[in-house]
Amino acid sequence: MSQLTHEIREAARKLLRNKQAQLVIGFEEGSLPLRGRPCFIRKEEDVDRLVWTSFSDINVARYLAKRKEKVALVAKGCDSRALVELIKENQVSRDQVIIIGVPCEGMIDRPRIEAEVGHKAIVEVEETENRLTLKGRDFEKAFDRREFLYERCKACDHRNPVLYDVLVGQLVEEKVRESFPDVEAFTALDREKRWAYLAEETGKCIRCYACRNACPLCYCPECFVDTSQPQWVGKSTGLSDTLVFHLVRAFHLAGRCVACGACEQACPMGVDIRKLNRKLVKDVKDLFNYEAGVSLDEASPLATFCATDPDQFTVNP
Amino acid sequence: MIREDAGILRKERLESLLEDLLRDHLVLAPTRKGELLLLEKIESARDVVLEDGKTKNSAKSALFPQRERMFAYRAEEGKVDIQVPPPAEEKQILFGVRPCDARGLLLLDAVFGGDSRDPYYVDKRIRTLVVSMACVNPGPSCFCLSLGGGPCSSDGSDLVLLDLGDRYVVEAASEKGKAFLQNPSFEEADEEAMAKAEKIRKEAESAMNPASIAKALEERLEHVDDPLWGDLTESCLGCGVCTYLCPTCHCFDICDEAAATTGERIRIWDSCQFPLFTQEASGFNPRPSEKERFRQRIMHKFRYLPKDRHMAGCVGCGRCVTECPVNLDIREVLEKLSRAEAQ
Repeated sequence: MSQLTHEIREAARKLLRNKQAQLVIGFEEGSLPLRGRPCFIRKEEDVDRLVWTSFSDINVARYLAKRKEKVALVAKGCDSRALVELIKENQVSRDQVIIIGVPCEGMIDRPRIEAEVGHKAIVEVEETENRLTLKGRDFEKAFDRREFLYERCKACDHRNPVLYDVLVGQLVEEKVRESFPDVEAFTALDREKRWAYLAEETGKCIRCYACRNACPLCYCPECFVDTSQPQWVGKSTGLSDTLVFHLVRAFHLAGRCVACGACEQACPMGVDIRKLNRKLVKDVKDLFNYEAGVSLDEASPLATFCATDPDQFTVNP
Repeated sequence: MIREDAGILRKERLESLLEDLLRDHLVLAPTRKGELLLLEKIESARDVVLEDGKTKNSAKSALFPQRERMFAYRAEEGKVDIQVPPPAEEKQILFGVRPCDARGLLLLDAVFGGDSRDPYYVDKRIRTLVVSMACVNPGPSCFCLSLGGGPCSSDGSDLVLLDLGDRYVVEAASEKGKAFLQNPSFEEADEEAMAKAEKIRKEAESAMNPASIAKALEERLEHVDDPLWGDLTESCLGCGVCTYLCPTCHCFDICDEAAATTGERIRIWDSCQFPLFTQEASGFNPRPSEKERFRQRIMHKFRYLPKDRHMAGCVGCGRCVTECPVNLDIREVLEKLSRAEAQ
């Protein structure tokens, strides 16, 4: 058992025992190798289900909205950033959540590592420090986990929780300064190439809405794609409708997306959803010098007005 | 000839067989699109990837596509002109699908080809030959054996290929399959190959957990209001991954995609996991949360279908297990349900 797992369990045990929290939301081992999953602990005797692995990768802040009870949330950097936005948008009240902050060293890119072993069935995984050993029926292969992190984790500049009540482990060094080489490369393409890329990526979409439903900030009681009167967008996998879904969703997350990658990870078809979201993360940063989910005090750019806001997008008559 | 319903296909002959078939068939086979392994129309034998397990999409997409045009219409000067697409005539082959997918077609056959014959499905189905690829190395998410199938099952297939290393043993499971074995690419099966195939089949089966799921459940699923449902579904995101990638889920919606005077009526997949699936015009929703929707999915698969169609709506392919974004594993749900005392 890793030290972080041990400390998370102890923190959860204490919070439940002292009745400071009625529910702990964290991560447990999944039912398959290379999988972790969310878990919901209400009894002290169940805290040993909690773990911290390289697969504690979904955004658990997604499970907070509309809860009545006092909740302790096991939060890595991106979970805590989503929580900051949820608090600012009045979806979660700060005093209802106890944040068990976990400094995060990045999560492992499952599709990439599956490709690395030639898509053979992996039946067992062992994780020690930075070494990851995968076993199949007729192979065994060891990897340095740091070489197989999700792109989003490699680019992450908030590995430490931005907000916490209890900290487990030691804060890690923030090595990266956020930059957008991928977005810049994309926007440098000519219009036809950008269109071709978006058409190809969204063409893979099966409209299952896993991206939307995994997103901690997609909490609208009725999503615009589900409105029937009026029907804003068609329901099939025709390209224009699929593209409208992804574009409007990206716009709706402008200034709110914390780049946690829950959407692209949930997508079964490997649609590059991150590209669109990152483009808007960059725009919001360039236009309003705002980074989502970092501070509780800073006003959300699209929910406030400032006379000096840039307006180069307005069309002069 | 030791058996007329079996043959041998040497691996070096596979490519020429497929090229031969591509001349007058639409061939759908596992093929890589980037990282994704998809069952799709192939242009060349070299595009086929037979070794990498099951495809992301199931075989249902070949016969019951996610978006299907039922007819097109045009309204002009008080007249409505309706154009029904002619049934396609090209024969199609599903090559290298896994036995779970082939078995899933039996349920679709019962639904779309039964009492109420669906022409869109049936027209495609009768032109389709299913050549499946037995699984000699089932993965950790596979549980076909628990649902009455198996890694080398021939249910729903016309032919089953089994990999012996340098060649395939090919067994026919239908008259159509037997006729297909007349193709000169196949050689006579010898006893040694058949014995080797049998041994591999046994090994593949013994690598799996044989626990039967469906039987123990039926009685347990009488209890619709069990509080256990709430606990079991707490992590569910309410997305459509499990139902859309499932080889047996077959719920659909019909809608129009229309412009001013023209339009198309289309049939598209729908999912019981979506709130709109049951939302009524008044705004009332009889299945208001993930709890009721997830329960419906389980009930439909393991209670209603076994009663109505005498087969479960699950073949144990494990796609919902591997693809669920939060790894909400249907096997564990079923096990917890059958273990727990009803309340």
